[in-house]
Amino acid sequence: MAEATIKTTPRPADSRRRLNSLLSVAIAVMLGIVCGVGAFTFGYGKGWSYLSNNPTTCANCHVMQGHYDSWQNSSHRHVAVCNDCHLPHHPVGKWVTKADNGFFHSLAFTLENFHEPIQIKPRNRRVTQHACLDCHVDIVHQMLPAETEGEMLSCVHCHSDAGHAHR
Amino acid sequence: MADTTSDPSQTARSPWRPRLLLLAALLAVVALVTFGVTALLVTIFEHRQEARTPFVRLVEVNEVSTDPVPWGTNWPNQFDGYRRTVDTVETEYGGSSAMPASKLEANPWLRRLYAGYAFSIDYREARGHAYMLFDQEVTERVTKRTQSGACLHCHASVIPTYRRLGIEAAGEKPDVAALTAGFNWPAVLEGFRVASTMDYASAHAELLKTPDGTPGENLPLFPGGETGQAHPVSCIDCHDPKTMQVRVTRPGFVLGIAALAASEAAVPHLASVNRWREGDRKQPYDPNVHASRQEMRSFVCGQCHVEYYCAAKETLFFPWNNGLKVEQIEQTYDEHKFPDGTPFYDFAHGETGAPTYKAQHPEFELWSQGIHARSGVSCADCHMPYERHGAMKVSSHWVRSPLLNINNACQTCHNVPEVELREKVETIQGRTVSLIGRAAAAMTEMLDAIRQAQAAGATPEQLAPIFELQKKSMWRLDFVSSENSMGFHADQESARILGESIDYSRQAEVAATRLRAPEAPHVDQPTEPVHGVTPTEKAPASPSSS
Repeated sequence: MAEATIKTTPRPADSRRRLNSLLSVAIAVMLGIVCGVGAFTFGYGKGWSYLSNNPTTCANCHVMQGHYDSWQNSSHRHVAVCNDCHLPHHPVGKWVTKADNGFFHSLAFTLENFHEPIQIKPRNRRVTQHACLDCHVDIVHQMLPAETEGEMLSCVHCHSDAGHAHR
Repeated sequence: MADTTSDPSQTARSPWRPRLLLLAALLAVVALVTFGVTALLVTIFEHRQEARTPFVRLVEVNEVSTDPVPWGTNWPNQFDGYRRTVDTVETEYGGSSAMPASKLEANPWLRRLYAGYAFSIDYREARGHAYMLFDQEVTERVTKRTQSGACLHCHASVIPTYRRLGIEAAGEKPDVAALTAGFNWPAVLEGFRVASTMDYASAHAELLKTPDGTPGENLPLFPGGETGQAHPVSCIDCHDPKTMQVRVTRPGFVLGIAALAASEAAVPHLASVNRWREGDRKQPYDPNVHASRQEMRSFVCGQCHVEYYCAAKETLFFPWNNGLKVEQIEQTYDEHKFPDGTPFYDFAHGETGAPTYKAQHPEFELWSQGIHARSGVSCADCHMPYERHGAMKVSSHWVRSPLLNINNACQTCHNVPEVELREKVETIQGRTVSLIGRAAAAMTEMLDAIRQAQAAGATPEQLAPIFELQKKSMWRLDFVSSENSMGFHADQESARILGESIDYSRQAEVAATRLRAPEAPHVDQPTEPVHGVTPTEKAPASPSSS
């Protein structure tokens, strides 16, 4: 009789404990799911490739296919990959920029709310300018401004086909 | 037992409630993350699928499928754009999308330019591809004058009709199996010759007799026109129904470009022609075999947006034997003879009787002289720019003026603000308009002078060289004013052509006026030698005198 009572009307503390453990199990299961789906998505979305220097990674999201193709036809195809021009050459700046662009590019492409045709952001344009200078400073140092932050001509204003051939 | 059942709610509440809440919140967060990750996974998957640009061939299309609707079932993105060619939005100078206002009323000099020719009856701004057949059926040029069946070479989806006529001419049975067996160039060429010499009404009737791939379905896709089995330019005219590859189908173009390739004319913008010229030349140049895909993106447009002869005296032809420039085409016409041996001309001018040439719409030829052609930019790059549909890249089939779509049409290459680009185009077009105005004024004054000379009794021998000048001047003015870019396709070339037109008009005017002017007196007035501003006595001694 007493046992039957316990079964049908459990004490509040017990029911809470039971709810607790139920929630814990649910969370554990869901954490497992999120880890599994997350790991799969990471693999399926070639997440590891974003840590590399491989230029094909940039065409992962298809939008960059045209830019990739035009780079392959450009004068720089043998000497510089995407990251060489579009990321800072300093290791910290490189990874910060990579994370920043990686996140916002993925967001833009997923939500499909970006400008067409794609335009480079001012910050990334500065990155590219410094990348040009990093390699070519020996031949252009006479054209550089006297002060470190002074205004300078943008290399790609004239050499717009250096990295991406026009045809 | 009774104690514990009543008591613990008080004792256990304080430590248990927050933990419960925390767990619930955590559950919600994890659920949200799972939701997001799954959504991301699905978008990645969808974009991957889009990037493969898959299509499902739900409906079979073949070499008679001139009706675009079944194609639209298979390729809905392209079809949606194609259907939008019904939209009519005007640019500053008409362009491809204007409402059909009469050009004759806006520019009264055109009536004098085309005097004696059907274009002086009815000549309007062009509309989108959707209207090409309907507008031709209703123009007074066709309804009031007998026109040639050759007109349908470009205004209708006509190739299966050519093939059918060709098969019939060979004495075979043109059933659907024979019509869909393949492209059958020999039959198409033969049918093209047959239809070119028909009158417009007969050729149009032949068009209606050819199956269009949707038997029993006669609903028009576009408002107005397009009756039954006849369609304006459609998918099959530029695409192979088996592979979707871009192709040219118009016999006029295929023969014309082969003649151009065989000529000596410089065509630096057509790399495949230059490669063919360096080869063994055993086969004639065939755009469907030799041209690059990028060249084909212009050639498909060059099938119709060109200069040609298309009246009934002989089979339609593109006058490219000597090259694509205005004077090279003129040379081809000058050297050409009709099949009966008489010299070639388009019409005898109604006011003076001079034999003259009529320019059609030499967009391909003028583009060929411009900076865009030289830089490898095709017609489709600006008039059918790439659009993104998710991860898919689709060439817009809403063929229209780039000015209506500057973002996709121009800014892919020109990284300057839209306003600036529009101003650049309008500067070029405004200059062309003003030069056309001057050329038109010179042309009408030339006509007045020639008519006055005729009234004064000038002989045919005296008028012959003046008629030659009149022909040259009118051909050049017409070449630029009939072309549909208002000079933009090649601005310097347009200005050069109009400059020549003005010069020829004034030469003719002067020559005609001289015919009835008194003999010029002998001129013996000496010409003044050069004088310096320094007085002679102060000038330094010249080296020769010292």
